[in-house]
Amino acid sequence: MSRKQLFAAMLVAALLIAGVGSFYASSHPDGLEYVADKTGFGDSADDPKTSGSPFADYGTAGVDDARLSGGVAGVAGVLLVLLVMSGVVFAVRRRGREPATADSDG
Amino acid sequence: MHVPDGFLDAPTSVATGVVAAVGVGIALRKAGRELDDRTAPMAGLVAAFVFAGQMINFPVGAGTSGHLLGGALAAVLVGPWTATLCVSVVLLVQGLFMADGGITALGTNIVLMGMVGVWVGWLVFRAARMVLPKVLGMVPVAAAVGALVSVPVAAAAFTLLFAIGGTVPVETSTVFAAMVGWHTLIGIGEAIVTGLVVAAVVAARPDLVYGARDLIEARVLEIRGAAS
Repeated sequence: MSRKQLFAAMLVAALLIAGVGSFYASSHPDGLEYVADKTGFGDSADDPKTSGSPFADYGTAGVDDARLSGGVAGVAGVLLVLLVMSGVVFAVRRRGREPATADSDG
Repeated sequence: MHVPDGFLDAPTSVATGVVAAVGVGIALRKAGRELDDRTAPMAGLVAAFVFAGQMINFPVGAGTSGHLLGGALAAVLVGPWTATLCVSVVLLVQGLFMADGGITALGTNIVLMGMVGVWVGWLVFRAARMVLPKVLGMVPVAAAVGALVSVPVAAAAFTLLFAIGGTVPVETSTVFAAMVGWHTLIGIGEAIVTGLVVAAVVAARPDLVYGARDLIEARVLEIRGAAS
């Protein structure tokens, strides 16, 4: 498999998992939430400060269809993470190549 | 395991925020050396894959669920420093845009998943690689072992933070037993997903897997040695 084919496969897998697969995920509370509720500190959680975000709780504001709402939020999240992390890597690697800022700690 | 705002008090959240900032700062300096021109695009893709994987909650019984944390997976595929950055970016996007994980708890979540999860996963992977046969087929197995251990250890780390700065007085031993117990089960799911994904990438292009580099380099040397 070529490098580009592998990269494409990884992106398609991530988009399908977040965009389609996530609809079938368990809606039970996760381990921490469950433990918090059972042992008595679940109520200490504040309401999320970003609950007004267009993709809050992995849904898309204004989209009623649950499958589409979650799918759009998932795809948007995957692309956003890809973009931000690729930007971080670009910056980190470019800085590393400049001899003036190269550090010598190994 | 996303900690919401309110579970931990302000001093503890500030402290984990400082630890996270220092950890991410070091990772920014070190990650460049883990990636070359061929593997650099993997970092963004691995982060995107971890984000997607974290959306899939799988049931672990009795009305609770778990999802991939992805620390061990990312560390094996792109290296531990890069993995810390991958998981931190995922947590940042989740906190800012998905209302998943608190904003004041972002440092806590980076410490638990981006640092403890990643590094425990990586170090256990390295230890497992030492005792397992030195063949490519063992890389996914070692990754699964690292993943399995990383989840309950991150859960134990949360318990420690809760014992220090929890806003509700709950017996530490009660929280510890419940957190580690449930997250050991979640760790089994983490191990299966991590093992399968690493196996798929190793089968396709082992030369792009950070945790398999030593085997690839050894193989290239053998071929060169045989040819000369």
